[in-house]
Amino acid sequence: MTRKIELKDHQREIYFFRLRLFLSIGFTAAMLFILLLRFFYLQVMRSDYYETMAESNRIYVVPIVPNRGIITDRHGVVLARNYAGYTLEVSPEKIGDMNKVIDEIGKLVEIKPKDLRRFNKLMAERRSLQTLPIRTHLTDEEVARFAAQRYRFPGVEIKARLFREYPYTDITSHLLGYIGRINQQEIDVLDTANLAENYQGSDYIGKTGIEQSYEKEMHGVTGFEQVEVDAGGRAVRMLSRTPPQSGKNLMLTLDAKLQQVAVEAFGNYRGALVAIDPNNGEVLAFVSKPGYDPNLFIDGIDTESWDALNNSPEVPLNNRAIRGQYPMGSTIKPFMALAALHYGIRSPTATISDPGYYTLPGSSHQYRDWKKDGHGRVDMFKSIQVSCDTYYYGLATDLGIDRMHEFLDLFGFGKKTGIDLEGEVSGLLPSTAWKMARYKQIWYPGDTVSAGIGQGYHLVTPLQLAFATATLANDGVAYRPHLVKEIQHSPNETQPEQQPLFDLHIPPDQLALVKSAMVAVTQPGGTAVGASAGAPYSIAGKTGTAQVVAIKQGEKYDARKVSEFNRDHAWFIAFAPADKPRIALAVLVENGGHGGTTAAPIARKVMDYYLLGKLPQPSLAVAGKNAAGRD
Amino acid sequence: MNLRQLKQRFMLHLDPILLAGLGGFMFVSLLLLYSASDGSWMRVLSQFINFLVGFAVLWIVANMPLHYVMRAAIPMYVLGTILLIAVALFGEISHGARRWLNIGVATIQPSELMKFAVPLMMAWYFEKNEAALTLKNYFVASLLFILPVGLIVRQPDLGTSLLIGASGFYVLFLAGLSWRIIIGSSLAAIISAPFVWPMLHDYQRHRIMMLLDPSQDALGKGYHTIQGMIAVGSGGILGKGYLSGTQTHLDFLPERTTDFIFAVWSEEFGLLGNLLLMGLYIFVIGRGFIITANASTYFTRLMAGSITLTFFTYTFVNMGMVSGILPVVGVPLPLVSYGGTSILTLMLGFGVLMSIHTHQRLVKT
Repeated sequence: MTRKIELKDHQREIYFFRLRLFLSIGFTAAMLFILLLRFFYLQVMRSDYYETMAESNRIYVVPIVPNRGIITDRHGVVLARNYAGYTLEVSPEKIGDMNKVIDEIGKLVEIKPKDLRRFNKLMAERRSLQTLPIRTHLTDEEVARFAAQRYRFPGVEIKARLFREYPYTDITSHLLGYIGRINQQEIDVLDTANLAENYQGSDYIGKTGIEQSYEKEMHGVTGFEQVEVDAGGRAVRMLSRTPPQSGKNLMLTLDAKLQQVAVEAFGNYRGALVAIDPNNGEVLAFVSKPGYDPNLFIDGIDTESWDALNNSPEVPLNNRAIRGQYPMGSTIKPFMALAALHYGIRSPTATISDPGYYTLPGSSHQYRDWKKDGHGRVDMFKSIQVSCDTYYYGLATDLGIDRMHEFLDLFGFGKKTGIDLEGEVSGLLPSTAWKMARYKQIWYPGDTVSAGIGQGYHLVTPLQLAFATATLANDGVAYRPHLVKEIQHSPNETQPEQQPLFDLHIPPDQLALVKSAMVAVTQPGGTAVGASAGAPYSIAGKTGTAQVVAIKQGEKYDARKVSEFNRDHAWFIAFAPADKPRIALAVLVENGGHGGTTAAPIARKVMDYYLLGKLPQPSLAVAGKNAAGRD
Repeated sequence: MNLRQLKQRFMLHLDPILLAGLGGFMFVSLLLLYSASDGSWMRVLSQFINFLVGFAVLWIVANMPLHYVMRAAIPMYVLGTILLIAVALFGEISHGARRWLNIGVATIQPSELMKFAVPLMMAWYFEKNEAALTLKNYFVASLLFILPVGLIVRQPDLGTSLLIGASGFYVLFLAGLSWRIIIGSSLAAIISAPFVWPMLHDYQRHRIMMLLDPSQDALGKGYHTIQGMIAVGSGGILGKGYLSGTQTHLDFLPERTTDFIFAVWSEEFGLLGNLLLMGLYIFVIGRGFIITANASTYFTRLMAGSITLTFFTYTFVNMGMVSGILPVVGVPLPLVSYGGTSILTLMLGFGVLMSIHTHQRLVKT
């Protein structure tokens, strides 16, 4: 009996155990089924998605930055070039304690306070995922030293890349501009222009000057390499490669040597000079003094150098040639003479008697001539030769401001010339309508009187004046001033010929009169008497003075009494040879006083070099001192 | 004794079916390790030695009569528990966890020993009290696994404590723990979850959070899961081919010779390979269940059931975490992942299974 019960219990126990075991097997089967469903989901339903993920894991598209085009002058002298060098670049995302890492790097590679300041500035304006140079131009020894310790610095690497260099530094600064690191604003612009893809991997973009306006041509087309990478981001092998296309080289119209002569001719003066070949609009020299060293800007300028440039009273960063606006002074006179002939309000032979001042009818206010006792009898020729103010006071009054506006507009005053540089300003050519719009005032007859000698509201840029001079020199046929002569192209491509911008159809007799008077300016009896002394070619020119501060009635301007920055600006426009001009230019010397004294000698050196290949002699510098009085 | 008799004697306590399954795993493991280690013969050789040692242990244990095994229950359990306490007091910290004990000649991980000692101790305890099981016995048995699990959770080692906890629970379950208690304590666990949450270690919480949404930290905590899922998913139906897994060979897959080796298999052999491998697991687990069903004593039933179910749990947790349905808790793929300790513990278990099977067969005949 007992045995039976025991046996029964045993069977019962086995039964219960088998039940539990059966449940366990069921549980196991259910769980394994869940796994199977999961595999089915991942490997069948979602396999495309995960395949893509695996591909994007392993394949990196590495941009290959194209070499930037180089810039040469018209004779092939290199003005902007690339050279290979090493930088030490930091990826801030991968670095925890930046200061500590920089300290550590500093033990291997010298990091100057200047580098650190520049780096901090770059940090402040960086875009995400960008690497930043902590040091540039590493020596071979520094590269070797860092490479040996590289494992200690994740997120810091040595990069070999091309550096931009401007060998002429401040001589060509305003014209070439510079490249610099791309900022967020420029990224946005590239994005909207659908160019962002071509800038993958590019750290630099043209910021000003030629570098900016020919960015598209010089940047080139970015190449791509598809690389298989491992999880550490190391390239394992290359899958495909689209080579980059180097940027195009530019040949400028500029003559580097001429440019250098022009810059040096300024000495310590500030100012601007633009020299143009009147036959085609090629800019031969383009000076804005003082310049600056564009090389400083490439990898981000340090704060100290930036402040020095930015706060200098000489404003070296201002491109005076296209952004400086000055009254044109007496350089307006040849154009006024042409206007008078055009509208027929003066005959060339008609004379006035110049008592040394001009009064408007019914007014006692005296508009003084620069020569206190006057020039005596003055006709149109003499009015230019001696720069008679009184003659033009009356001429302007008879002409009226609106006809002045109409005629001067033809020469391109008051509007941009369209030179291939960004940032050109349009100057100001006043009219009655302009004054009403601008000041809500009517135009007074007195305004016209001073406008007649290029003072008052009328403002020009040195480039505009050079352009107008070139147009005059070329008998009214104008070419757009331009700095780039040739963009590198394949032999079978032809570059378009320069077409004239407009032709003013000025009657030859009118041109002959004005041009001969301008030749007389540079000869004995003219206001720039020394300008052509000893020159084997003839020079047509005109001096001018732009007032910086107004002189009170009855007071006499005395350069010694006014502070340096308030002295008059000196102008000189010229073209040569006068009968068949090959060069036309405008020179502005800020606070230079007499155009004949300070500006004309600069023009002479430039023309001598360009036409004769003659380098300036030290003795030539004093030639202008003999000028007959001022203006 | 001629050669044939020698062979017979050698095979006497081995189960050829189970042995074939285990041999299959050795083949899979060596094949896969060669790929996962990027062709390192050293790694393959080292794993081969692990298997040889494992098979040797299996042979010895299989040939041991079961009362020998039972006699080892208390000493092993006590030694294991003392070592666990020693780890908690003066263990070495590595990767943020205190799991290892330096005993002068070597560094050991006592929790591995407990994987075998805990179910053994519990099965022995139930066998001893078989005559009159009361609620009190279940309670004491629970304490027998809760104590070491608690110590291991504190190390912290979520994977091992999960496996030991599971093996203990299987013994309780098979021993006939009443449904009311099972359901009641499950409910209690669910209710207490919000209170346990703040007590978990940061890394455990992170891993659980990552399970819910691995993409929220793709390069950090979720990296393992995401790369594992990419490897499995990109394998597709047929796989990328042996030695051709990009996730594996380009280093994207972390821990690919150990915990994530299943992702290597999945990537290179695809869904088809997964079915094959799972078939092998089902084969071994199935054989384990058959042995369990035929076990003649209370102790052997509990022991065989727990060993089999724990082996299954190992498999499920590892495959589940690699394919992204379970958190990454650090459980290797049994008999495939590289590592001597894990193979040794598993072979110990299979040795006991064979002993259970062959010794009772001998008794019957």
